[in-house]
Amino acid sequence: MRAKRPGYAVFAEKGIEWIIRLCGISAIIFVFGIFFFVFREGGPILWEKGTDFRLGDFFTSTDWYPTSMENKRYGILLLIIGTFTVTGLSILIAVPFAIGGAIFLSEFCTGKVKEWLKIIIELLAAIPSIVWGFIGITVINPLIQSWFDVPVGLNVLNASIILALMAMPIMVSIGEDALKAVPDNYREAAVALGATRWQMIFRVLLPAGKNGLLAAVLLGVGRAVGETMGVLMATGHSLNNPYVKLDGSFNPMWMFESCRTLTATIASELGETSVGSPHYRVLFLIGIVLLTITFIINLTADLVVKGIRKQK
Amino acid sequence: MTMHAEASPTPVPFVVNDAVRRKMKHEKIAKGIFATMIVLMLLPLIGILGYLVSQGAPLISWDFLTTNPAKGMTQGGIWSALLGTIWLVIVSLCISAPMGVMAAVYLNEYARDNWFTRIVNLAVVNLAGVPSIVHALFGMGAFVLFFDMGRGILAASLTLAVMTMPVVITSTREALGAVPMSFREACWNVGATKWQTIWKIVLPNSISGILTGVILEISRKAGETVPIMFTGAVFFKKIQEGDFFAYGLNDQCMALSMHLYTVTTQVNGAPRELPFAVATVLIVSIILINSTAIATRAWLRSRKKW
Amino acid sequence: MKRIKQISFAALAAASLLLTGCDKKGGDAKKNTLSIQNIGSDTMVNLAQAWAEAYGKAEPSVSIEVAGGGSGIGVAALLNGTCDIANSSRHLEAEEVEKAKAKYGAEPKEYKVGYDALAIYVHPSNPLNEISVEQLSDLYREGGTISKWSELGVTIPGAPDEIVRVSRQNNSGTYHYFREAVLGKKADFKKGSRDLSGSKDVVELVSTTPSAIGYSGIGYRTDKVKVVKVSKKKGEPAIEPTIETTLNKTYPIARPMFFYTPPNAGAHVAKYIDWVLGKDGQAMIAEKGYIPLEAK
Repeated sequence: MRAKRPGYAVFAEKGIEWIIRLCGISAIIFVFGIFFFVFREGGPILWEKGTDFRLGDFFTSTDWYPTSMENKRYGILLLIIGTFTVTGLSILIAVPFAIGGAIFLSEFCTGKVKEWLKIIIELLAAIPSIVWGFIGITVINPLIQSWFDVPVGLNVLNASIILALMAMPIMVSIGEDALKAVPDNYREAAVALGATRWQMIFRVLLPAGKNGLLAAVLLGVGRAVGETMGVLMATGHSLNNPYVKLDGSFNPMWMFESCRTLTATIASELGETSVGSPHYRVLFLIGIVLLTITFIINLTADLVVKGIRKQK
Repeated sequence: MTMHAEASPTPVPFVVNDAVRRKMKHEKIAKGIFATMIVLMLLPLIGILGYLVSQGAPLISWDFLTTNPAKGMTQGGIWSALLGTIWLVIVSLCISAPMGVMAAVYLNEYARDNWFTRIVNLAVVNLAGVPSIVHALFGMGAFVLFFDMGRGILAASLTLAVMTMPVVITSTREALGAVPMSFREACWNVGATKWQTIWKIVLPNSISGILTGVILEISRKAGETVPIMFTGAVFFKKIQEGDFFAYGLNDQCMALSMHLYTVTTQVNGAPRELPFAVATVLIVSIILINSTAIATRAWLRSRKKW
Repeated sequence: MKRIKQISFAALAAASLLLTGCDKKGGDAKKNTLSIQNIGSDTMVNLAQAWAEAYGKAEPSVSIEVAGGGSGIGVAALLNGTCDIANSSRHLEAEEVEKAKAKYGAEPKEYKVGYDALAIYVHPSNPLNEISVEQLSDLYREGGTISKWSELGVTIPGAPDEIVRVSRQNNSGTYHYFREAVLGKKADFKKGSRDLSGSKDVVELVSTTPSAIGYSGIGYRTDKVKVVKVSKKKGEPAIEPTIETTLNKTYPIARPMFFYTPPNAGAHVAKYIDWVLGKDGQAMIAEKGYIPLEAK
C-alpha cells in the first residue's frame, strides 16, 4: 500500500517539472531571441527612409565607408572576402595536422600516452581567443616578418595560423571520436587480408570515417568564421582585397596582405556608433549575415553526423 | 604466408621473413609520420604558451593579483580586473548552470522522440555554434537596451550565460544518458515518482559529468572578451582592494580578458612584461580550472559502481 | 550517494544565497559612494584614467568609472543619459546638440580640458624628417597619388618602397579629426590602410615596420618610433609638435579635448571638473604627454 504524500509535495513536484520543461525549451527561446533581437536592431535599415543604405550594394560593393561625411557607402564584399580567405587558409593548414593527429590518437596510441595527449589537447582548446590575438601580435608577427621578409606580419597568414592553432584541438578530438566510431571488425578484416597499417588507414579507415571527419572540419570552419578577437588583432584589419595588386593584377603574395573580417569589423566599430544610427544598424545586419553563415555550416555538420547514425 | 594448421601435425612457427619485415617497417613509418603530425601540432602551441608564461611570470606576485592597476594602468596589479572576471563568472554561473542542467534533464528524461525534441536538439547545437560577436550583439540588443538593464555585470553575465549554456547541456545529457535504465526502473518499481527518481537516483549518479560541464563552462566564461565588451566591461574602474564584494550587480566592471586587450592596444608606457603577465594569469587560471574538471571527472569515474 | 546529494544541495543553496547576496550589494554600493561615469574618446582614455586614479586619492568618497571606446560612444552615452562626463576629442555636432536639448531641455556643458597634437610617426630607420599636410593628404586620401616612399623623396634602407599606411578605425575621434584637418571634410580615406583600434596599436605597428607611417596622439610617443615634423604647405617651415607650437597654433594638426556634461550634472561632477582644470589636473596632462591649457 502506497503511503499518501502530502499535497504540497505533489504540488512542488508539478512546479519543478514545469520549470524543467521551460528550461528544456530555453535553447529554442534563445535561438529565436538572438534572431529577433539582432534583427530588431539591424532590420529597420532595410526599410528606413533617408539613409544611404542600398541592399544591392551591401553584398556587391567593396566600399565600406559608413562614417563618410558626404557619401556613406555600406558594402561588405571586402569583409566577406577577408572572412573566407582567412577561414579557408586556416582550414588548409589545420586539416592535415588535425586528421593526422586524430589518426595517431585513435590508431597508434594507447594507455597513458593517449590519456595525456587527450588532456593536453583539451587544455589547449580552452585557451581564450584574446590570448591568441595577443600571440598573433607579439609572437607570430615578428616571426613572419623575419622568415618571409615582408613589411608587415599582421596579415592573412598570421590570422590563419592563429585560427588553425585554435581550431586544431577541437577538430582532433571530434575527428578522433569519428574514427573511434568505425567498427573494429573493419580494421580486423583489413589486417586479416594482409593490409599494412598504412593501407588500412587510407583504404578502410578514412573512407569509413569520412563523414565524421567532415563534420569535424565543418565545426572547425564554423569556429573560424565566428572568431573575433584573434582575427581583429592578427589580420591587420585593413580594408583590402588581398588578391588584387594596386594596378589591378592578381597578387600571388596574397597570403602576406592584410585583410578584414566581418566579425572584427563589428567588434572594432560597434562601440562608437550611436544607438539607432544607420551605421549601428548595418553592423547588426552584418551580425545577421554571420548568423546565417554559421547556421548553414552547423546545420550541414549536423546533417552529416545524422547521416552517419542512419548508416549504422 | 599460408598456414594450414589442421593439415600439419605441428603448427608452422611464425617466421619473420622479408614480407613481415617490410610490413613492420611500414608500420613504424606510419606511426612515425602520424606521431610527427601531432608533435608538430602540439609543440608550437606549448612552446608559444611557455614563452608567454616565461615572459609574464616574473611580474606575477601576490601583490600583483591584489592591487588595483595604477599610474594609468602601467603599474600596479590587476585586482579590479580579476575580481570583475570572478563576479562575471559567478553571476552567470548562477543563471546558466541550473538552467543548463534542467534543460538537459528535460531532454534526457522528459522529452519524447518527436519532431519537437529534434528541433530543441538542433537549437542547442546551433546555440553552441553562434559566433561570440553575435552573442554580443544579442546581449546589447536584448539585455542592455530592450530590458533596459544598462551596461553592467548583470547584462554581461546574462550574455555569457546564454552563450555558454550549451556546454552544460551537452555534458549533462551525456552524463544522464550514461546512467543505466535499470536504475530508473528499480526506483519506479518501489513507487517513486518521476521527479523523485531523477532527484534521488539519476542526478546523484551523473554528478561527475555535470560537474565537469559546469567547470568547463567556468573556464569558457572566464576567457571571453567580445560578449562583455559591449554589455558591461570597462577600461578602468577603481575598487576597494581586498573587498570581495566591491562590485555591485549593476556596476560596470573590469575583466581580465578585456584588460589584456586594453593593455595590448591602448595603454602606453607600460613595461613590456605587463601584457604578458596578464596573459599568463588568464592562461594559468584557465588551465587550472580545466585541470580541476579533468581531475574531478577521473576521480568520480574511479568511484563509479557500474 | 547521500553525501553527493548533500554536496549538490549545498551548492544549489550557496548559489541562491550568492544571487541574493549580490542583489543586496548593488543597493548598498549606490548609497555609500558617489560615482561618476566617464565615457568616451580613446585618445583621452589614458588621461581620464590617470585623472580618475589621482582624484580617487584626493577625494576617496567619489568613484570614477572610465571607459574608452571613442568620442562617439561618449557622446552617445551623454545623449542616452548613461554618463556624467563624456570625453570627446571633437566638438559636438549641431545635430547632437539638438538631441541633447530635446533630452535635457538645455545644451550640454562643454569644458575644454587640454589639447592633443596628432603626431606623424615613422620607423626610426626612416630618413624622412618632414612632411607637408598636402603630402599626407595625397597619401591617405581616396584618389590621392602618393603610394611609394620614393615619391616622398626617401628610400628606407632594407625596406620595400611601398608605403604601409597605418590608420584608425572609421569611427574613432582621431580618424575623424585627421580626415577633417588633413584630407578635407568631404574626402574619404583610401582603402588598404591598416585600421587599428587603439592609439598604442598604431605606434606599436609603426615601431616594428620599417616602411610604415601612422598618425596617433603625441602622448603615445615612444623611443622606438620617430616623430616627423609637419608643415602646412610645401615650402613653409616644418613644425615639431610641442606644447608651444600647439598653443600658438603653428602645428597644423592639433585639437582641443573636451569634457561634456549634462546640464543637470551633480555638484560632485562640477567639483571633479574644477580639479581637472586646476593645477593638479593640468600637471597630469603634461606628464601623460598631452598639452595642458594656456596658463591663465
